[in-house]
Amino acid sequence: MAFTLYSLIQAAILCVNAVAVLHEERFLTKIGWGVDQSVGGFGDEPGIKVQLMNLVRSVRTVMRVPLIAVNSVCIVLLLLFG
Amino acid sequence: MDLPHHGYRASKQRSRAAPPAGDSVLFEDTSSAAPAMNNQGYYTPGYNMGGTSNDMQGGAGVNNLFTDPMANAAMMYGSSLANQGKDMVNKEISRFMSVNKLKYFFAVDTRYVLKKLMILMFPYTHQDWEVRYHRDTPLTPRQDVNAPDLYIPTMAFITYILLAGMALGIQKRFSPEVLGLCASTALVWIIIEVLVMLLSLYLLTVHSDLSTFDLIAYSGYKYVGMIFTVLCGLLFGSDGYFVALAWSSCALMFFIVRSLKMKILPSLSSDSMGMGSSAKPQLRLYITVATAVFQPIIIYWLTSHLVR
Repeated sequence: MAFTLYSLIQAAILCVNAVAVLHEERFLTKIGWGVDQSVGGFGDEPGIKVQLMNLVRSVRTVMRVPLIAVNSVCIVLLLLFG
Repeated sequence: MDLPHHGYRASKQRSRAAPPAGDSVLFEDTSSAAPAMNNQGYYTPGYNMGGTSNDMQGGAGVNNLFTDPMANAAMMYGSSLANQGKDMVNKEISRFMSVNKLKYFFAVDTRYVLKKLMILMFPYTHQDWEVRYHRDTPLTPRQDVNAPDLYIPTMAFITYILLAGMALGIQKRFSPEVLGLCASTALVWIIIEVLVMLLSLYLLTVHSDLSTFDLIAYSGYKYVGMIFTVLCGLLFGSDGYFVALAWSSCALMFFIVRSLKMKILPSLSSDSMGMGSSAKPQLRLYITVATAVFQPIIIYWLTSHLVR
């Protein structure tokens, strides 16, 4: 399995895209992963599920706009160079 | 870096320009009789007779090149531009990662490197695995043999790439693209491992002081084992390869578990508030063990195709 840096970048883009398309109210709350359902205790141990939900939400918030740019660049490059 | 450079070149010019101006000494030649000629060859030959502005008797046209004030001004401008570029690069880089933190990882000396390599290959007799601190900052690798460093992983990585090229060349399977492919494969695996470690440490809210560079260091230590394995495979054939693989896998697993245990599992040893720590301390143990088990798998994956 020979990796190149380009395949790593591609995999990263695909994963972040996958996280970014998870819709908050249509999907995440339906399976109990919405952020309003994560009001845990105030101790220092939020638990794995809460951390994961926070991670998903932060990735979606932060990467929305840069993903548009990165995806466009990727599409153009793939169209030009195959 | 600029000033001594000028000083050196100025003295060199003086020592070189003295002989041609035999009859009309227009300046006070204070350089000693024996110029250091052995360093001359390292400078670009075009600089040979920089000369003062009064020395017109050199004859060669290249003398006049640097007596020209325009050329002097151009050189000054070029060097100031290079300085500006250097400052800008430093500023940009220090936005992404703090260079001081990086310097900490390269503060090694020979004694540390030798001891660390010994520990990596034979960790069973090492007693004290605790990273020592000095008023809240960890000690540099020069003073503490347990501190992670980035020198050994970097050197081991480069050595591994060269060794892979050599191994492929011995089997007549070499081409320059394969070398680049090998290098980027190994680099990608390091990145993947560090990202998975960071993700799992974040998810389990492990409040350790393991920074990204520490993780890169710990996952780079496997290259030492890989080099040893490939060497034994090349020297002793397939049996030697598997023996060395088993040996370095066990040593590396032991090393990783003992080192990371101190950092990731502090609550097991100094827990004063009962169940205060995060979700199930055995998950932390799983992470440590999973990291350790991942090492031999990766070693085998990255080296088996070299020792066919």
